[in-house]
Amino acid sequence: MQLRRNLDEQKVENVIANLLRAGVLVAALVVVGGAVFYLGTHSWLRVDYRTFHGEPDELKTVHGIVRYAFSGQARGMMQLGLLLLIASTVTRVIFSMVAFAIENDRMYVLFTMIVLAVLLYSLFGSFLIA
Amino acid sequence: MNVIEFTFLVWTGSLLAGFLGALTGLGGGVVLVPLLTIFFHVDLRYAIGASLVSVIATSSGSAAAYVKEGFSNIRVGMFLEIATTLGALLGAYLTAKVSASAIAIIFGLMLMYSAFVSRRTRPRTEVERPPDTCATKLKMNATFPDTSGMRTYNVYRVPAGFGVMFGAGALSGLLGIGSGALKVVAMDQAMKIPFKVSTTTSNFMIGVTAAASAGVYLSRGYIDPSLAMPVMLGVLIGSLMGTRVLVKTQTKSLRLLFSGVIVLLGLEMMFKGFTGGF
Repeated sequence: MQLRRNLDEQKVENVIANLLRAGVLVAALVVVGGAVFYLGTHSWLRVDYRTFHGEPDELKTVHGIVRYAFSGQARGMMQLGLLLLIASTVTRVIFSMVAFAIENDRMYVLFTMIVLAVLLYSLFGSFLIA
Repeated sequence: MNVIEFTFLVWTGSLLAGFLGALTGLGGGVVLVPLLTIFFHVDLRYAIGASLVSVIATSSGSAAAYVKEGFSNIRVGMFLEIATTLGALLGAYLTAKVSASAIAIIFGLMLMYSAFVSRRTRPRTEVERPPDTCATKLKMNATFPDTSGMRTYNVYRVPAGFGVMFGAGALSGLLGIGSGALKVVAMDQAMKIPFKVSTTTSNFMIGVTAAASAGVYLSRGYIDPSLAMPVMLGVLIGSLMGTRVLVKTQTKSLRLLFSGVIVLLGLEMMFKGFTGGF
């Protein structure tokens, strides 16, 4: 019984590890894609990050970024890659929740739901406090 | 500087930071913000945003390797992530309320603290104690692979660990760092979790913690894609290279050197903070 449980947990951990790796890889590839496009079109532009202006609205919200990226904007594509990176941690948490649910561990399903709620609030609702 | 020059230089700097951070176990995120603000004259808020994104990348990249080895305790990690993510939300909220000078001073202190923590080696006296009721109820006691097969361990003082984790999360959200050093202290010192399990579980938690403040950063416009791109790609590649080399090299003198660099950067951040350089 104990051995079987350990095997299952090992399996869950392997899936989590692969999820994390795939998430980073996909995110990095999208960022690289956007970067090639960005460097190709903006290469001689002068940069200055001394003063903080804040990002425009299309780079600040989830739907704004997605729309901007798909309209073919290089900066939007890079931001989409970064957003995918953030989202990969959400996927990881959702997967843990499912794994705890399969193990019938209600207490940990609840804990995971709290973490998930905080993450989703941060991604979709934090403009309320920002 | 134009886009090509800037991107290349920031990428190289981030690569080096990620490489040394992984090699010495001090984390690359902690030197990124001073690197960007002091050497590239980037505004503190943009620097913190870019650093935070790269922290997620390195955590997920390296956690993937550790999780597979069966060291990290997923239950402990998930339970404590409640504390770190809530703390991270608070920290991210505070970045807009606290002055840049104050953030720089706190950052300086945090840099020195992480350099100090890394200098200590702790011989731990193993005392057999009865399992903690709280940890038992939370099903936290577990096993991990040791040289002599699987070793069981008990977890203690969960509320204390939870409290420190909340603080670690808040600092992570305020400064855009992983605050791995504090997370390890919470698990290793407070909760008496074996060191190897503490470090790997902490690494695993860093990404989720950082993601909780990343959403807030994003909606505040702290994350600039043109700046975060070279930082994230540099740190990611650097840290992956660092973990590869780590196995083969003797890192003691390098650790000392990097700790020295961190202390200097900490002093510079505090100096600039006190003199209103931000």
